[in-house]
This record gives sequence, structure tokens and C-alpha cells, in this order.
Amino acid sequence: MNNKNLQQYIYSIADNALILGQRLGELCGHGPTLETDIALTNIALDLLGQTRSYYQYIAQELMKEDQTEDDLAFLRKEREYRNVQLVEQPNHDFAYIIVRQYFFDVFHHRFLSRLQRSKNVNLEAIASKSIKEAAYHERFSGDWLKRLGDGTAESHQRAQQAVDDLWVYTDELFHTTDDDQACIDAGHGVDVTSFKSEYFQVITDLLEEATLKVPETEFFQKGGKKGIHTEHMGYLLAEMQYMQRTYPDMKW
Amino acid sequence: MTLNDIHIDNQLYPILKNVSDPEIPVLSIIDLGVVRSAHLEDGKAKVEITPTYSGCPAMDMITDEVEKALREKGYEPEVKLILSPAWTTDWMTEEGKKALKDYGIAPPTDAVSDKQALLGNKKVIECTNCGSTNTKLVSQFASTACKAMFQCEDCGEPFDYFKCLT
Repeated sequence: MNNKNLQQYIYSIADNALILGQRLGELCGHGPTLETDIALTNIALDLLGQTRSYYQYIAQELMKEDQTEDDLAFLRKEREYRNVQLVEQPNHDFAYIIVRQYFFDVFHHRFLSRLQRSKNVNLEAIASKSIKEAAYHERFSGDWLKRLGDGTAESHQRAQQAVDDLWVYTDELFHTTDDDQACIDAGHGVDVTSFKSEYFQVITDLLEEATLKVPETEFFQKGGKKGIHTEHMGYLLAEMQYMQRTYPDMKW
Repeated sequence: MTLNDIHIDNQLYPILKNVSDPEIPVLSIIDLGVVRSAHLEDGKAKVEITPTYSGCPAMDMITDEVEKALREKGYEPEVKLILSPAWTTDWMTEEGKKALKDYGIAPPTDAVSDKQALLGNKKVIECTNCGSTNTKLVSQFASTACKAMFQCEDCGEPFDYFKCLT
């Protein structure tokens, strides 16, 4: 494992949190009810806080150049982001927001519980901090998914649509890049394949409880972990990076 | 790690005791349990603080306030943010819990009761207005990430509950 492997690996973790945090942040003032608005933006805040910890680690300890966490968040190009395609999918409706969240949370919680055993003390510390938050997020999104699936005919239909549409992005969570593999071999990274069957079992059980059907498809999307994103990513970054691009080095 | 493992120099204690959480002004950062250590070394006041939640927006402000308070007393501050071991509500002092309650925020209970309350299985959270435990969860997240929203079914009072984090 070299420095570049480790940086790329941490980006793949941190960028998921940043991009999903940005998506949820878009909902500030737009949530369906006051309570869900506050809940979703609180989750966004947790994710952005986690992102900062990872980026600070990269910027302060792994980079030779004089870079800051803000440079990493705001000044990279689309192809340099390593997040999975799932988290960049737009806030189509509340069902999409909850299903996207639940598909991510179930992964994130289990991922962090393994990252707590990393040989890398920085990653171990961030994981130990973040796992409590991720567990709480999973409870929130899981509760809502059950309520939507087992709710009215309308909420059921929309939840099923969201599950069907977002399902194709789940498999990518379990892809391993060369950088990932180098970090796994060195004891710093997590072998995600070790909990893939558990992930799909947990989701299947909850979907059944929510009276929703598990999609049957052999086709899955991929590419985000290698920097190939869906068309939504460009729009998201355009909004997120606008200020730094327009007024370079601006500060609050 | 428990409260007993937190070491704060006697000279620095009263200064830090006077710095409060900007979101909960009645609560000293010492009673909140975010000060991990504080000691004088090489003429500097070295303070380690830890966030309650990763995205806690109060941390930058707490850092500034600690530096300001130490400078006013003539110390050169060096504040460091550390993540491990992660903060838990067990680090909150009894005095801190009482301050929360008096302020209108229900303090964290033990982990088991907390889970029962947040899952809606058992009514254990005391209303900060009338003291009844006939309360229900309204939302898992409240005005800040560290709190949940409850309502009393006896007196009708809505209130924040500081979630237990272990």
C-alpha cells in the first residue's frame, strides 16, 4: 500500500458522505414536514462532519502540498470523486430520499463497524466516532421505509418505484478497486465482500416487512468508485462548487 | 474511559468551567464532558476537546471561546480536537444533567431505557415541565443532532431530550 492507494481509498469513503450530505442539505427548508426536514438536515450535518475528519486527515497528514479540507471538497473535478453512484441520485421525492438513505445506511453502519478494526489509527478513530451516528441514521430511514411501504396505496407505490429504480446502484457498494485492495491487504481497509450477503439479507427482510417486492434484476450500474458518474453528479457539483469557483479562495 | 480519566489542571479548571456550550448556554463544556484534558506545559495551556457529534457546529466556536478565555487569563492556548475515544453521554457530569433539566432539556438516561424510549416501547423520559413519564417520541431528531423531540401527554409540553450515546 502506498500513499496514493490510501488517499484514494479514503476519498472513496469520504466522498460518499460528502455527496450524500450535499443531497440532503438541498432539503433544508424543503422537507415534507418540519420534523423530517430537521431530521434529514441533521443527518446531512453528521455526514459532513465525518467528511471533514477524513479530508483533514488526507490534507494534513498524507499530502505534501499545502492543501486544506476545503480544497479537497470544492476544487476537485467530477472524475476525481470516488463516491458510489447511489449517493448522487437526485431527491426525486420523499420515497427516493428514504430508500437511497436506507440502502446507504445499511452499508455504512456495517462498513464502519469493520473499519473500527483498521490498523490505521486515524481511520479507526473516525469510524468509532461515526458508527453511532450511522446506526441512528439506519434506524430513522428503516422506520420510514416500513411506514411508506406499509402505508397508503400512494406511498406504497412510490416506495416500490424508488426501490426498483435505485436497486441497480446497490451492487457497486461492494466493488473493490485496486486501491481498495492494496489497503485491505495492508490491514487498513475493509473487505466489503465479507458482508455483502448480510447486507442484502437485512434489506430483503425489511422490504418484506414493508410489504415491498425485492427487485429481480441481474443488471447493476457501476463506475462511481472509478470516477465515472451519472449525469446528476455534474449538476450537484456545479451547485456545490459554485462559490469557490467564482470567487477563488473566498472565506466566510 | 470514564470521567475519572479526565485530567484537568487546577489552575485551568475554573477558566474552562466558565466556557459554555453555545447551543446550551447553561451547560459548561466541562459538565458536557467535551474537555478531555487540560494542562500547562512549556508555558502553554494545552487543552484537548472532543466533539459530541461529528458534525457538531459548536466545536469551532467552543475552540474559539476556550482560546479567548485562556488568553484573557494570560495563558498561551493550544487547543486540539481529538476523536478517540469517542465521546459518550456518560461523560456528562451530574451537575451538567441537572443544568440541562432546569433549562428544559430532558437529560440522557441509561442506554437501555434510552433505546426503549426511542423505539417507543416504554415511557421513561420525564417531562421537563410536570415530571410525568407519560411522554411520547415526536421525532428522532430535534433542534440539534444530539437531541430528540418528545411531547408530554399529560401537560402537553413539547421538549427536547438529550439522546444517550454510549
